[in-house]
Amino acid sequence: MPELQPIVLASADDHDLTKLEQFRAVGGYAQLERARQLEPQAIIDELNASSLRGRGGAFFAMGRKASFIPKDSDKPVYLCVNADESEPGTFKDRELMQKNPHLLIEGMIIAAWAAGINRSFIYIRGEYQHQADILEAALAEARGEGYIGERILGSEHTLDMVVHRGAGAYICGEETALLDSLEGKRGNPRLKPPFPALQGLYKGPTLINNVETLCNAPAIIENGADWFAAMGEGNSTGTKVVSVSGNVQRPGNYEIELGIPAREIIYGLAGGPPEGHKIKCWFPGGSSAPVLLEEHLDLPYTFEAMAEAGSMLGSGAIIVVDDSQPLVPLALRLAEFYRHESCGKCVPCREGTNWTVKSLERIDNGDATPMDLEIMAQVQQNIIGNCLCVLGDSMAMPVGSMIEHFRDEFEQHIEQARAARDREEIAVRAGAELASVAEAGPA
Amino acid sequence: MSEFAEAVRKIAAQYPDTRSAIMPAIRLAQEQHAGWLPPDAFEQVGDALGLTPAYCEAVASFYDMYHLQPVGRQLVEVCTNICCGLEGAQGVLEAFEQELGVRAGETTEDGAITLRAVECLGGCGWPTIVAVDNRYRQNVRAEDVTGIIGELRGAEPHA
Repeated sequence: MPELQPIVLASADDHDLTKLEQFRAVGGYAQLERARQLEPQAIIDELNASSLRGRGGAFFAMGRKASFIPKDSDKPVYLCVNADESEPGTFKDRELMQKNPHLLIEGMIIAAWAAGINRSFIYIRGEYQHQADILEAALAEARGEGYIGERILGSEHTLDMVVHRGAGAYICGEETALLDSLEGKRGNPRLKPPFPALQGLYKGPTLINNVETLCNAPAIIENGADWFAAMGEGNSTGTKVVSVSGNVQRPGNYEIELGIPAREIIYGLAGGPPEGHKIKCWFPGGSSAPVLLEEHLDLPYTFEAMAEAGSMLGSGAIIVVDDSQPLVPLALRLAEFYRHESCGKCVPCREGTNWTVKSLERIDNGDATPMDLEIMAQVQQNIIGNCLCVLGDSMAMPVGSMIEHFRDEFEQHIEQARAARDREEIAVRAGAELASVAEAGPA
Repeated sequence: MSEFAEAVRKIAAQYPDTRSAIMPAIRLAQEQHAGWLPPDAFEQVGDALGLTPAYCEAVASFYDMYHLQPVGRQLVEVCTNICCGLEGAQGVLEAFEQELGVRAGETTEDGAITLRAVECLGGCGWPTIVAVDNRYRQNVRAEDVTGIIGELRGAEPHA
């Protein structure tokens, strides 16, 4: 079993880190003093040198993002934490906020310091009421200690933090939809550019980071960029909290060093599929990631390797599907989700997700012919890259990959469902004929 | 100023623009209207924030957690997305439907419980997730459902 190297979940299981005192007892908030000695640019340089990349799904370098924030903005500059974790299979930020809320706050203070930010918001999905309560309590404690508020730690710097609760909309995890939602609108994505770093919340420059990303900042300040960059492989440095779910024996969150083989995560840590079963396919990065197969299990779990294999590391959520699972119902449930969550603004996504659901329903009901499979595959191609955001792509990619890898199974499903429906129809017709004969009576 | 408008005014002070307070304001209005949003609620929110009721309703209708129709006194939500689904969520949902005598999306005749099938709740490591009034229950199996409903019915003040 691979050795775990916790950074963001360190001490979280043997201490109650939701309490400020206990968080401080394990070295919490100690990096603020150190960060304060540094020039903002020096913090950004350190983050850059660490190659810390965004843990929300896009893997964009955090230091670079922070460096895009203009230094001389005449509008207020904001920090928005993306805690709208809604990608199916992903439950890492929930655990982080629940167990280690002060670490997020410490990371936010460091980021705000680096980018010259005075106002920050944590956009947390509405369903995470328990975690929002924990964050509110932690904020109150941190405010009481002078870590946030006016003139923090005796400096000239002011930092406000507000927990903003969402209300059930997957799309609000998309950064520009998040901004619209936070501005009190429907959560529709915006056209980019301008990117949020230049024109974000209320047109002010806005730094948007995922919870886990920010949680890594204090350790980088403490131990240095070299220490962080020494972990991982290539451009995928540091650790990653991987949420493993689906058909495995020990589902849960595991903080691993990036670059260990996926097999070690799925089998070594999560126990693999139930006895007697094999892996049929797996999503390496949430339900939006194209599925991979058994043959990909020995790839290093890195951003680069997953991309080269035709998928993505995404939010770091591995969903395992074993050989007992039929794929048509799975693809259908997936498509239903994206149809439900499409904001409806772009036609390819709004119509494409609906068409895909209809096609998969036809396949499952026995109304489809093999031509439907072709049409459906084409629909996926016509969604990808044609919308303001990637929600439509997020359905098209996994559904497209399932058809690609398991075309035989889809074709078989079409045949079998048709045959079953035909048998039913014949039985109904035969029944009706018998009934009419009986009604007519003996000739 | 009404008590509601006063509460909303305080929330709005946290934001760069008062419009940002619309989500917390709608949530508060919903809490004060038995868990859903009748037309009155939108007037209240609109008045408090200087927005039209129609705008408030348009925003509310975008989000799953705002209810535009009456709901039961308790809300039971079963995650049926793929991770819970791979581990038997459909069976859990069906057990609730059978136990309550309603389909997903409906409310029991006595107005006690609304049952909903919902998208991923972010608890995929502990399937099936069932949220009762937003508090998660983990690892729920079909055979646990009778007990859960018994517990909820028992907790009703006038049961």
